[in-house]
Amino acid sequence: MTNPRLLPLYATIAIFLVACVICYAQFPYMASTRVLGNLLTDNAYLGIVAVGMTVVILSGGIDLSVGSVIAFSGVFIAVLLRDTGLHPLVVFALLLVVTTAFGAAMGGLIHVLEMPAFIVTLAGMFLARGAAYMLTIDSVPIDDPFFTMLQKAYYLMPGKGRLTLIGVVMLLSVVAGMVIAHRTRFGSSVFALGGGVQTARLMGVKVGRTTVGIYAFSGFMAGLSGIVFAIYTGSGYPLATVGTELTAIAAVVIGGAILTGGAGYVFGTLIGVLTMGLIQTYIVFDGTLSSWWTKIVIGGLLLMFIVLQKGLLRLSTARLAGGAA
Amino acid sequence: MQRTLTQLAPQLVTLAAVVLLVWVVFPGFLDIRLVDGRLVGPVIDILKRGAPVALLATGMTLVIATRGIDLSVGTVMAICGAVAAWAIDGGFGLGGALALAIVAGLVAGLWNGTLVAIVGIQPIVATLILMTAGRGIAQLITEGRILTFTHDGFAWLGSGTLLAVPVPAVIWVLTGIAAALLMRRTALGLLVEAVGINRRAAALAGVNATVLLIAVYMASGLCAALAGIITAADIRGADANNAGLWLELDAILAVVIGGNSLLGGRFSVAASLIGAMIIQTIDTGILLAGFPSEYNLVIKAALVLVILVLQSPRFAAEWRTWRAARAEPRPAGQVQEDAP
Repeated sequence: MTNPRLLPLYATIAIFLVACVICYAQFPYMASTRVLGNLLTDNAYLGIVAVGMTVVILSGGIDLSVGSVIAFSGVFIAVLLRDTGLHPLVVFALLLVVTTAFGAAMGGLIHVLEMPAFIVTLAGMFLARGAAYMLTIDSVPIDDPFFTMLQKAYYLMPGKGRLTLIGVVMLLSVVAGMVIAHRTRFGSSVFALGGGVQTARLMGVKVGRTTVGIYAFSGFMAGLSGIVFAIYTGSGYPLATVGTELTAIAAVVIGGAILTGGAGYVFGTLIGVLTMGLIQTYIVFDGTLSSWWTKIVIGGLLLMFIVLQKGLLRLSTARLAGGAA
Repeated sequence: MQRTLTQLAPQLVTLAAVVLLVWVVFPGFLDIRLVDGRLVGPVIDILKRGAPVALLATGMTLVIATRGIDLSVGTVMAICGAVAAWAIDGGFGLGGALALAIVAGLVAGLWNGTLVAIVGIQPIVATLILMTAGRGIAQLITEGRILTFTHDGFAWLGSGTLLAVPVPAVIWVLTGIAAALLMRRTALGLLVEAVGINRRAAALAGVNATVLLIAVYMASGLCAALAGIITAADIRGADANNAGLWLELDAILAVVIGGNSLLGGRFSVAASLIGAMIIQTIDTGILLAGFPSEYNLVIKAALVLVILVLQSPRFAAEWRTWRAARAEPRPAGQVQEDAP
């Protein structure tokens, strides 16, 4: 008997493969390492932040602040590199400390105030975006030699596809996320929290510490994503990545995680991000479809997955009830 | 009346404090003059500019009272604005355009309500679908352009005046009064609260929770349609990308500032409307006071945090414990029992 919780993951992978086949059938040139390289590069920042979001959603929470944190990160890096003589690596370290602390503070508030994560992270979203505005309201270019080197770093795959540094960072983040979520004690606590706070507490999960850890992890990932986004665009702009939090949530749901928490896979999120990227690539290749079709197709995919999950959930509850009788 | 005022006291005090603060920094804040048969002044401006958020907050209050949330309202605004502009350009006339836009809002609400009440998806996800797909739909209607129109009757809805008062202000006040009367002069409000506190218990007690939930989301869609019409009429065009962008968050904020719990149950439309005005006063006040508008979000965030702390269940429990401990000193062991 297969685990019913794996079914959404299988469905995600199946849809991704079908989408690949459709794309290949229409545009044989899409099956090249160049397209693959671009797919990874263009979606690197989204993939990284979606890993953090997966962990938050597995715990039954939500983090609306990540889009603003990415924008803040870009501005922070750009302004610090422009105004101080610090080495980019020092700036990166400083930034990650700031965003991790920011996430931890939100987690702390959620736990201490017993408020819904939704509204606390909404306040965090305003705060991070506002902090970015206060640093600058202009788009600040980054022209640091080390930074330019990072931008140009890539590994030439067979077929002239470029596996860029940020694409690699994204893949590594996914691996790290998989290890943390599925192979550590912290990960088990996250799943337990997602199953229910009361039961988790009775099982001996340290709820406060785990909650702080979850949002700190999401903050860290958002910071990392901000670094990658700054490398990708070569600038910092406080109005960038508006709404990325919702795209990330959509990727997590398409990846097969259940939004009430307690079930899902980090690997599914990667597939979810790639599926969304593939839709965009298809529209670019087609050339006649307008960009708004991306949104409609993604909305349709979201609906399909949610209804699928609902059906599976009903199926497994029915079986549990049958087993108990 | 006395009771209503007592219940609204925290919001009214906050509004008064914010107004006072702005007035101290910008003494001309309360000036109202009559120019060319229309009232002008910062306060009037706030009443007009706050119209979309106030309208959305009215619908959002009802949705949140049922323990739901409607993330799609900003997008529905864009859709309805696009529909209205398209209909005006297509020669449907004012009545036809308004009717089509309102129908679009109701259909959007019906879709959300069906997903929540019948399919059983949690509200935040169910409305996220329309939020993601909706802007695509709006762009489909406008074909990716900003649809502009020239129609004086329609533009009047956004920038005209009725008895010297801006029309948007009249619309949101009337909508708010209608919603409040409908909820409080009939049993509807009670039923909405019952569903919000415990849907199953309410259903067992004979409340048709499914129909009620769908109706509430449709009411939210209707309010979003009105807000979309006003926004489109104000700029005399439909901008599918930017109309109502992130207004859903402002609307939720208005409801929360209004003291309504996100966990459903007791609600007050009037308090949410005051919340919307508080937000708009802060927005306008920051500009008038000469602060750069980039401080806007940080100040808003700080305000939300303060309100969250004051509203949190744990804070309330600690406060009660502290008061009880002061009222009659008890041995430490007994005080501990009150703690959660």
